[in-house]
Amino acid sequence: MDALRTPHLLTVSDLTPGEMEGIFRTADSFLDLSSRTVKKVPSLRGKTVVNLFYEPSTRTRTSFEIAAKRLSADVINITTSQSSVVKGESLLDTVRTIEALGADGVVIRHPASGVPEWISRRVGCHVINAGDGLHEHPTQALLDLFTIQKRKGRLKGLRVAIVGDILHSRVARSNIRAMSLMGISVRLVGPPTLIPKDRGDWNAEVFHDLREGISDCDVVMALRLQLERATANYIPSLKEYAKFYGISPSVLQSARPDVLVLHPGPINRGIEIQDEEGFREHSGILDQVHFGVGIRMAVLYLLMAGGNKGEGNA
Amino acid sequence: MPERSSDNTYFLKDVRLLDPSQGLDREGHLHIRDGKVAGIGDLEIPRSGKGPVIAGNGWVVAPGLVDVHAHFREPGFEYKETIATGSQSAVSGGFTSVCVMANTDPVNDHPGVTLDMIRKADDIGLCRVFPIGAVSVGLKGETLTEMGSLAQAGCVGFSDDGYPVRTSRLLKRALEYSAMFGKPVIDHCEDRDLSDGGVMNEGWVATELGLRGIPNASEEVIVSRDLEVLKTTNGHLHIAHLSTAGAVRLVREAKRRHLNVTAETCPHYFSLTDEAVRCHHADAKMNPPLRSEEDRLAIIEGLRDGTIDMIATDHAPHAPFEKEKEFDQAPFGIIGLETALSLGIVLVREGMLDLTSLLYLMSVRPARAFGLPRGEIREGGRADLVLFDPDGMWEAGIPSFLSRSRNSPFRGRKLPGRVMMTFVDGRKVFDRREGGS
Ligand SMILES: [Zn+2]
Repeated sequence: MDALRTPHLLTVSDLTPGEMEGIFRTADSFLDLSSRTVKKVPSLRGKTVVNLFYEPSTRTRTSFEIAAKRLSADVINITTSQSSVVKGESLLDTVRTIEALGADGVVIRHPASGVPEWISRRVGCHVINAGDGLHEHPTQALLDLFTIQKRKGRLKGLRVAIVGDILHSRVARSNIRAMSLMGISVRLVGPPTLIPKDRGDWNAEVFHDLREGISDCDVVMALRLQLERATANYIPSLKEYAKFYGISPSVLQSARPDVLVLHPGPINRGIEIQDEEGFREHSGILDQVHFGVGIRMAVLYLLMAGGNKGEGNA
Repeated sequence: MPERSSDNTYFLKDVRLLDPSQGLDREGHLHIRDGKVAGIGDLEIPRSGKGPVIAGNGWVVAPGLVDVHAHFREPGFEYKETIATGSQSAVSGGFTSVCVMANTDPVNDHPGVTLDMIRKADDIGLCRVFPIGAVSVGLKGETLTEMGSLAQAGCVGFSDDGYPVRTSRLLKRALEYSAMFGKPVIDHCEDRDLSDGGVMNEGWVATELGLRGIPNASEEVIVSRDLEVLKTTNGHLHIAHLSTAGAVRLVREAKRRHLNVTAETCPHYFSLTDEAVRCHHADAKMNPPLRSEEDRLAIIEGLRDGTIDMIATDHAPHAPFEKEKEFDQAPFGIIGLETALSLGIVLVREGMLDLTSLLYLMSVRPARAFGLPRGEIREGGRADLVLFDPDGMWEAGIPSFLSRSRNSPFRGRKLPGRVMMTFVDGRKVFDRREGGS
């Protein structure tokens, strides 16, 4: 099997290109399985996966839950509303919960950047980051790349435009890293208020004009716009954002004829994605959901099936 | 406990006598008697009856360090620090005088609070403690405190630290009014609106970690405002914890225009950059935040050319349970009294400063700017002194700091410069050999 060196998946930087390819191969083999009548394999029988979600996210949580169950793991879902974080439930309590449940693996979604990493230094089980603050969402990037590979047949040499609120996007952060690692050239498209000024070693070109930014692109990835960005003056209004950065059939004329459109969901229709029917054959959005389960099965399997518990890092 | 007998007599044998106030740097002995320096130089070594003879091993004796910016947290937050533990921390770091900020609970906006602080500190009898009164009642930025009464009670300056002085008008009144007592107004320069909930320096590290950034402009906007307001008054403005290259430039220019401004920086701003957040997490979270390498170098340059007058610690204790949190939610601040001298000595070793200049920045200059008592190594001089081994290596905070808290990004770091003894008024208030860790 394509074992991983890391006991945890906290950021995309935990992975090598070879390991990512290994995850894709494993995901492929699990996807074959999902077309059968008996969808389960016993790989994680007797192991416990805790889904710890401090932010509501039905999609990601369900995806991880299905993935873990198809691997025959016992799944415990804990969904805590943001308010209890505000009320001061401490992260140390969270660590105690994880230990009391005897988790072998814990999948964490948290509104604050760095929490999965923080937890991983204090528990003796595998930790998977399911999205932390503005920081990273590695399994999303993996399933995005996997979708691109399935649709395009390759990754290396492709050109991808990520459009929207890069500044506040963990999906963008993980994708920029992962895409660079896999030899994709990345463009960032959005207003200057939503693109970080300090981009360090991100190897990405920046565009403020949408049509220019997506010209000649093989893939356009639209990000979800948090509606409160308008009240905070990052953008003047949703209407103006939609006008300048909405992906529509006519805008897509500027991209390559076989352009693939992705979106991590949930979509604000009429804002970042407009008139989806008009580019249905270009959309990879349903594939993303479908492949998401395969990628998460692969990650859980490769981290947890080997029998190591990820100590050493505890 | 400190020795309280009146015959505090010590003979420090074979030491390096270093006093930046008079250009003194020589080898010799030093004799302390009745709270004063009784003699220096080639004294005859006493055989007996003249108090203990302390082998100095060539270590440095210098005026005790003076910190104009610390948080002792008492009253109100005794679980973080008390005047007692803060004082222990101070003397073990070589400090003989410490100014403590007003953001206690109750706030030090009333003479009763000031007098309580001073009384407690006197009972403890370690370092001298000088309260800083609030600029505004309750630090709310609305009503000026009774600065006259606070000054009479013993406040040596005024600050809403933790917050900037909220409005330009309040700052103007505070500078005008406090000028009457010759006390500085100390400002924590930050445009909160521009900081916009930021938790670390705006820059690449913040981008990568997905943390909200505080731009340099957040500090510089308020430094500019303060300097322009200062120009219209006869007050003394003291800028707390300078952290950006732009702010250093603004202060340098203001000094050229002969404005009555002084400025401090803290050891962390010349020792670390925002890269430290990657591995030290919330122990590297303070406000202003650790900045870029360019800023760090500008701070050092400011110390070298006199733009920055002094090194203060901004000693800000927080309990482990407060720092063991999401980075976003952990409070700002780190402790600093026990590592300040060592971090300064690192600069000396790197050739950025000489030892005399460092000690000037940490004792003579802050004492003069704030009108505080200080030690002098001359016959009859006040025996507020520190004895330290400039080459002694130690591991910071291992096994533990004397502060009640341990929130420091330097914890575990091997540092040069070990304080061996501290004297206040000729009393030995700290002795490493007596189990100070
Ligand atoms: Zn401050």
